[in-house]
Amino acid sequence: MTTALRRPPASACPACLAAPAAEALAEQEELKEAKIALSVPSVHCGACISAVESALAEHPGVHSARVNLTLRRASVEADHDVMPQELIGVLNRIGYEAHELDAGTLSATATDKAGRELLMRLAVAGFASMNVMLLSVAVWSGAVDATRDLFHWISAAIALPTIVFSGQPFFRNAWSALKNKRLNMDVPIVLAIALAVVTSLWETSLSGEHAYFDAALTLTFFLLAGRYLDHRTRAIARSAAEELAALEVPRAFLLRDGEEKQVPVSELAVGDLIMVRPGGRMPVDGEIVEGTSEIDRSLLTGETVPVFAEAGQKVSAGEVNLTGPLTIRASAVGKDTSLHRMADLVAIAESGRSRYTSLADKAAKLYAPGVHILSALSFVGWYLYSWDMRTALNIAAAVLIITCPCALGLAVPAVTTAASGRLFRRGMLIKHSTALERLAQVDMVVFDKTGTLTAGTPELTNMGDHATRDLEIALALAQGSAHPLSVSLTNAVQAAGVKPARIEGLTEVPGYGTEGTWQGRRVRLGRGAWVGAPARAQTTAWLSVEGEEPQPFSFADRLRDGAEEAVKALLDSGKDVILMSGDATGAVEELADRLGIRQWVAEALPADKAARVAALREQGKSVLMVGDGLNDTAALTEAHVSISPASALDAARVASDIVLLGGDLSPIADAVTTARSATRRIRENFRIATIYNVIAVPIAVIGLATPLVAALAMSASSITVSLNALRLR
Amino acid sequence: MSVLTYLIPISLILGGAGLLFFVYTVKSDQYDDPEGNARRILNGDYDDHPKP
Repeated sequence: MTTALRRPPASACPACLAAPAAEALAEQEELKEAKIALSVPSVHCGACISAVESALAEHPGVHSARVNLTLRRASVEADHDVMPQELIGVLNRIGYEAHELDAGTLSATATDKAGRELLMRLAVAGFASMNVMLLSVAVWSGAVDATRDLFHWISAAIALPTIVFSGQPFFRNAWSALKNKRLNMDVPIVLAIALAVVTSLWETSLSGEHAYFDAALTLTFFLLAGRYLDHRTRAIARSAAEELAALEVPRAFLLRDGEEKQVPVSELAVGDLIMVRPGGRMPVDGEIVEGTSEIDRSLLTGETVPVFAEAGQKVSAGEVNLTGPLTIRASAVGKDTSLHRMADLVAIAESGRSRYTSLADKAAKLYAPGVHILSALSFVGWYLYSWDMRTALNIAAAVLIITCPCALGLAVPAVTTAASGRLFRRGMLIKHSTALERLAQVDMVVFDKTGTLTAGTPELTNMGDHATRDLEIALALAQGSAHPLSVSLTNAVQAAGVKPARIEGLTEVPGYGTEGTWQGRRVRLGRGAWVGAPARAQTTAWLSVEGEEPQPFSFADRLRDGAEEAVKALLDSGKDVILMSGDATGAVEELADRLGIRQWVAEALPADKAARVAALREQGKSVLMVGDGLNDTAALTEAHVSISPASALDAARVASDIVLLGGDLSPIADAVTTARSATRRIRENFRIATIYNVIAVPIAVIGLATPLVAALAMSASSITVSLNALRLR
Repeated sequence: MSVLTYLIPISLILGGAGLLFFVYTVKSDQYDDPEGNARRILNGDYDDHPKP
């Protein structure tokens, strides 16, 4: 650290000494620590933890490092001048892949706070319900007179503050539902808790026999447990989704006064000159001012053939620059870019999405009014029968407690937690709370082509058609360029054992290709128009040797891992599979044949895709859309349920319900199966809860439900439901 | 039954102490990485000397 070296000069006056020391101290405060968050996906064992932590701690400048195995993250506190890249290098050297996470995007603390609050309420409810249960056991086993009253009063003293504190989430939800003149599951819960407490207090003040303090607290405890499970599942999904967004630390190279400066994308303004290097993604919409290159637009349009780019041409945010450096002048930044304008389409489709009501809501809709009516009827019935307000109120409270959706409140969260955990381990992230239920209903699957079924990396297909001499020349030329086609050609030809020919004066002409001189003849490898060859639908690089016909090298997109298995499994399980792409007809047809997909659509515009999905939906199909590009975004939102790979554009990932974390597509078919069994389990749980109600409600209505019966029935049904959820394998 | 005057406060205080201890564990981030903590306890790194 610099401050440690800067000793204040010896001096006679102590105050003079103190001043610079204080300054240095303040500076030290400022520079003291930088927090760096790294994503380390391959950490999986106890030994990995110590390996990663000690490697990071040994790096100079690092103060402390701690691995979080649950989140697969390492958080490092280090000197200000320690760069994340150095630490990533350290981890790569010991064999762990690591990525920098943008600390600003990770709002882990906010989600954490809600979880902790819930955990605290759960703990207080658990503590109180156990104490009150112990007191109640004494009452049930025969305490009478003053002892019973004392125990009831102590129970009341514990129960009242606990319910005020722990019941808040229910009170809040019930209030917001009532304000909108709707009924949800929380309304009967709140009513049951309130009525139980009020009648118990009344009974206790009259030295009565039955008090339901234990029931009110156990109810709160079980329901909070359900809430907490639900929250945890969603928090894990959210933090993983945030992590994906945080992986893209958006930076751009700004040209100002002839100098190049790296700035965050959010600081760019209209009219700025921005340098985009080969391999970089356009940060904004704009116009090319300088340079020639080729642009890959596959994420936006689905086209696989790169487009030629020169000065004066418009480019959109999200396109990838391939060969030469480009200088662009920004014409739209941030929210105004074409990437964001797609949001309009998405918003229209979104309104359709909200039409789905979850199984839990459906159950609540039937259940909530039923419970209220039943309880009111038994109150009126008993009041008319006995003209005794106290008995009637007691019975009404018993009915509400017995019917209270304890099991229902656990039925859904327990199953979704189990199922999402299982899918998360297989690399699928369930983002939306009803995504699993919707996934279970799917009977038709629509795939995007580029970037989804294919990996977006080209593969040479016709190497066998060429003479060895041509291959040697092509290899030599391809080695001089970093263009994806050249890289692929180099790899393929080298793998075949071909040695490059000797070529002089090798130069890359950005946007066109590479050229050089071979045995005195000019040779070129590049675009068709440049070497004088006809246009082709397929992705093709042409090799021309002076004085001879140009030779085509054609490329096909490599299939993504697991694409074949996923499509086959979906077809085998009787689902319709459609391929919908913005790419040229030839390429789409070829891929459809290769995968055995009978229905395909080519050259589809973004609005076309969304419209087709909407049309299928209108025919009563439940469509699963799998896509990654900007052109899929609207369709992803329009579909019944949607999946996007982690490599997709941010906008597409936001629009989809499920994100595939790995590069492999094969978990998709599996996920559908898991979703089905999860939904089946949820229905089963509802059925168990119903059966239990059918047995217990008559007992409560005829006035035989003592607090002991209520406590037994409630705990038994909750435990049965939770165990049934855990059976999900 | 006068023993209850001692027993009930004692049991409540003991239970309350348990609750306060739990609150402390939540506040000191002990539930942030359950999986990692389960592995760390089996780790032999600091068996012979405390963590520096």
